[in-house]
Amino acid sequence: MKRRAWPWALAAGAICALSLAPFAWLVLTSFKSAGQVTAIPPVLWPGGGLELYRSALSRFGLMHFVLNSLLVAGGTTVISLTLGTGAAYALARLDLPGRPWLMGALLLVSMFPQISLAGPIWRMLQSAGLLNTHLGLIIPYVTLTLPLAVWILTSYFSELPRELEEAALLDGCGRLGALVRVVLPLAGPGMFTAAILVFIYAWNEFFFALLIMTRRSVQTLPVGIALFQGQYTMPWGEIAAASTVATVPLVLLVFLFQRRIVSGLSAGAIKG
Amino acid sequence: MSGLIIDNLSKSFGPERVLEGVGFAVEQGRLAVLLGPSGCGKSTILRLVAGLEEPDAGSITLEGRDLAGLAPKQRDVAMVFQSYALYPHLDVAGNLAFPLRMQGVARAEIQAKVTEAARLLGIERFLGKKPGQLSGGQRQRVAIGRAIVRSPALFLFDEPLSNLDAQLRGEMRLELARLHRRLGTTMLYVTHDQTEALTLGDVIVLLDQGRVQQIGPPGEIYQRPANRFVAGFLGFPPMNFFAGEIVGREFVCPAPAFRLELADPPPPGPAVLGLRPEELSPGPGALGGSLELIERVGGQSVLHLSQGEARFTATAPAGFAAPVGEALSLDPAAARPHLFRNDVRIN
Repeated sequence: MKRRAWPWALAAGAICALSLAPFAWLVLTSFKSAGQVTAIPPVLWPGGGLELYRSALSRFGLMHFVLNSLLVAGGTTVISLTLGTGAAYALARLDLPGRPWLMGALLLVSMFPQISLAGPIWRMLQSAGLLNTHLGLIIPYVTLTLPLAVWILTSYFSELPRELEEAALLDGCGRLGALVRVVLPLAGPGMFTAAILVFIYAWNEFFFALLIMTRRSVQTLPVGIALFQGQYTMPWGEIAAASTVATVPLVLLVFLFQRRIVSGLSAGAIKG
Repeated sequence: MSGLIIDNLSKSFGPERVLEGVGFAVEQGRLAVLLGPSGCGKSTILRLVAGLEEPDAGSITLEGRDLAGLAPKQRDVAMVFQSYALYPHLDVAGNLAFPLRMQGVARAEIQAKVTEAARLLGIERFLGKKPGQLSGGQRQRVAIGRAIVRSPALFLFDEPLSNLDAQLRGEMRLELARLHRRLGTTMLYVTHDQTEALTLGDVIVLLDQGRVQQIGPPGEIYQRPANRFVAGFLGFPPMNFFAGEIVGREFVCPAPAFRLELADPPPPGPAVLGLRPEELSPGPGALGGSLELIERVGGQSVLHLSQGEARFTATAPAGFAAPVGEALSLDPAAARPHLFRNDVRIN
């Protein structure tokens, strides 16, 4: 067994190295000095310390974008999960006619190419006066992430034994009480998976953010970083530093909760 | 006063008719067992009484209150589920306290009631544990505890012992009987296990295919089954049935060939005679057959006999020995005869 394992390990290692190489280069670049960034031939080992981070913070207002991103991604996650929980519970538990069709329709919504939605969404936000507001970005994000949240949560709720809710109903709860006191405490892993995936989507999203947030004061990280670029300058170093700041928290989050995410995603796949 | 009255209850799931005009009454403080093969609708009755399903027709009255349209929590009933349905995120004390907290009972009183229920069921040691850390028997006790803390008007048990091993099941059966005597609350108990039904029930409601087959105290149902289904369902080994004819004062059976004098003969005509194996023993008598197999079942031996195509069973003491394949005679006159015509009892 062991002898056969090493070619696979080698292949896996190679693939990992290949996928991680750009990210590693980015991180290395972020620690270089301004001169090293554009040096030819390229310098591999950085020697600039936190110089570029300081510059990204002070000259480009990085923290400002981080704050906007936290606000938008956080808001999206909270709203998407609140709505998704209600919808998913209804889909998992009530005998709704045409349930498979509803689930299919949800999936369909999330399959639309963004570009086909961009026009209508922009017009709607414009007439509602929500362009260049956090809410104006949160609303389309919720629309786009809700199907994902509902699907994950529905499969998770369906897994929970019905008797638990029935016991709660007999023990004095109403439907809502059973949901809050029994189902939600048990649905933790599923809620967490949905939350983190929604958060990552909202944190990374670029297209709508670019379209809707034209004022610098409300832009999120991906758009902000992209617009670091001036008319005649391309501050690669600061972009690298900002991108690292944008990526590392997510990587850590996923690493820490990898197990839960996987178990949440595969809920409903097998009985057990 | 009648505790629970169920009248003309019907329920369908889609095209499938699960209950058809089921009616029975349970006196206040009695334990009624709903017994029947799986799929007979007994669990559905329980769910209808609990309010987890709505009946298509019929009424349920508990201590004079019509339960129609009431939410489960308004019915004042507690249920013990087959799967126990303990709340996994709460410890044992939390599980026991849950229904009381929902009723808004004062904290000190909750504490007192939880402690008392735990003591009654011998689970004080586990109060701080989560259900996942308990054995099946302990979980069962917690589930019963959660039902009794709030002193409901009616207990519902849905095959509560079926997930336990045989020994534990016997113990819990006794304990439930003791608990019932002590609490004196009306109970409705669903099972497919006839031993449970016969030992626990003050009254048994025997169901098959969504209809009540017979209602009565265990002794009566066992000794005077109202129809062939009841006769064949209760008792182990199952009752022997012989198809034949009543001629004058005799029952005449062509296969296996024997005649039986009847003390109180019903009108003549075709009939089916039922004889319980435990009342049939080897000895001089009219029913002969060849011994095919002796099954040793602890305290007794079950004898499997045949005569031509016909097969029947009898019982003998544990130490009974006879050569297999040889002829053996039984005395049908020693057994109480059960006579059926068109599957309905006629004697």
